[in-house]
Amino acid sequence: MPEPTQSEYIVEVEDVHYSRGGKPIFTGLNIQFKRGEVTAVMGPSGTGKTTLLGLVTGRLIPDHGRVLVYGENISALQRERLYELRKHMGMLFQAGALLTDLSVFENVAFPLREHTRLPDRLIRHIVLTKLHAVGLRGAWQMLPGELSGGMGRRVGLARAMVMDPSLLIYDEPFVGLDPISLGVIVRLVRRMNDALDISSIVVSHDVAEVSSVADCSYLISDGKVVASGTPEDLHNDGNEVVRQFMSGMADGPVPFHYPSPDYHEQLLHRDKEK
Amino acid sequence: MTAWARDLWITFRQFLETFGALQLFFLRLLAYSPKTLVRFRLVSQQIYNTGALSLVIIMSCGLFTGMVLGLLGYDSLSRYGSEEFVGTFAALALTKELGPVLTALLFAGRAGTTLSTEIGLMRATDQLSGMEMMAVDPIKRVVVPRFLGGVLSMPLLAAVFSSMGIFGAYLVGVGLMGVDEGAFWSQMQSNIEWADIREGIIKSVIFGVAASLLAVFEGYNAFPTAEGVGRSTTRTVVITAIVVLVLDFMVTAAML
Repeated sequence: MPEPTQSEYIVEVEDVHYSRGGKPIFTGLNIQFKRGEVTAVMGPSGTGKTTLLGLVTGRLIPDHGRVLVYGENISALQRERLYELRKHMGMLFQAGALLTDLSVFENVAFPLREHTRLPDRLIRHIVLTKLHAVGLRGAWQMLPGELSGGMGRRVGLARAMVMDPSLLIYDEPFVGLDPISLGVIVRLVRRMNDALDISSIVVSHDVAEVSSVADCSYLISDGKVVASGTPEDLHNDGNEVVRQFMSGMADGPVPFHYPSPDYHEQLLHRDKEK
Repeated sequence: MTAWARDLWITFRQFLETFGALQLFFLRLLAYSPKTLVRFRLVSQQIYNTGALSLVIIMSCGLFTGMVLGLLGYDSLSRYGSEEFVGTFAALALTKELGPVLTALLFAGRAGTTLSTEIGLMRATDQLSGMEMMAVDPIKRVVVPRFLGGVLSMPLLAAVFSSMGIFGAYLVGVGLMGVDEGAFWSQMQSNIEWADIREGIIKSVIFGVAASLLAVFEGYNAFPTAEGVGRSTTRTVVITAIVVLVLDFMVTAAML
């Protein structure tokens, strides 16, 4: 178990700068994730939400600044210590990231088989309990290829929590789901956090769903936090970027068009581009 | 500096970087191999995938290669009245040269592409990232067992190839062309030395390491898109073919 820290925050992102291919993604990002809460990070597509998760999980290293996870600067950790820390973090990937050659049962059992020497009977018991919690105990024999998107994500969630982590991270958990699956995932995010007394980080751009589960939300744009607070605070924020994002307006401070030359000029001078 | 010289320099530097990365990757695989061998179930599964599932292509190609050697050998040797040496001719060619080389090329096409694509797709579908997040090193869990499976399979496949080839030469030489059966086997027995077989084994081990390493390296470093995985698979076959033939020349020269 990671060393307990006095901080009320489980993850602290401090003045993080990060660029990719010369293009700045974050320019002084500061976010704090409270223990025991569901914290959401929202923002338009391409603002670096998934990149932020890469930094939080130690898969990416910031150019400047630091990311404290359980009080430890995650980018400065040796591989062994980083892996030790990750045993206490569960992550649900956007596409589930299930191992396609293993059954649902074996996917959920995978971390247990890799990190523990528990007897098969106990592993079976734990796996079935976790699958039951996400409503997929009956699908234990199925292969990932036979699952729908929503089912795959629920199996991913069962796997993410099989080691009883104290931090669950969700990368776009609501994308591409039908209304029933969406409702199931939304309820699971909240229920897992409260029932297991853990902390959750949800990265998403689905305003309605995030508003219904998050205790606190951050909105990032242009590499920085532009607003934070409860979902109500964000809905009432006067910032134009926040208003555009929360009400889903196509054009505004975040332009509809990717930076481009003049439309007519480009249409009329096609030959020049060749 | 002119543009072409700059491009040449960039290409050369990229080659050196990739070569350096390949060596570090290889050292990492070697470092993790002993612990992975303890979990032999993971390796045996890969021996089945890369070795057992390649048997059909290896056996059929070995058989026909041997049959061709039988025909050519008979045609050439009969001009000097030495057709009973057709077995020796085929066995020497197969154990020392064609067995290891052709097996490595077939291995690259059959098992190497599978390894590369499998690992590349795991990268593209976040399965490797998922493992990292579960505190499981994908190199230890995914790459090393596949590498070891390939390394252990290659000499066995080369032996099967050569054996089938000798059988093919026997079918043609003895069965079709009427070479005396006793002379076929006894000449082979008295003329093939342990050094010839050892050379074949050494080559097949070296080619096995090279072909498996290149396949898992390309797969692990594949760009995580459909096109990227396809490109890395193609590169696996092309680079392995060149490397195997270059290594073959070097090993043959060293063992003369």
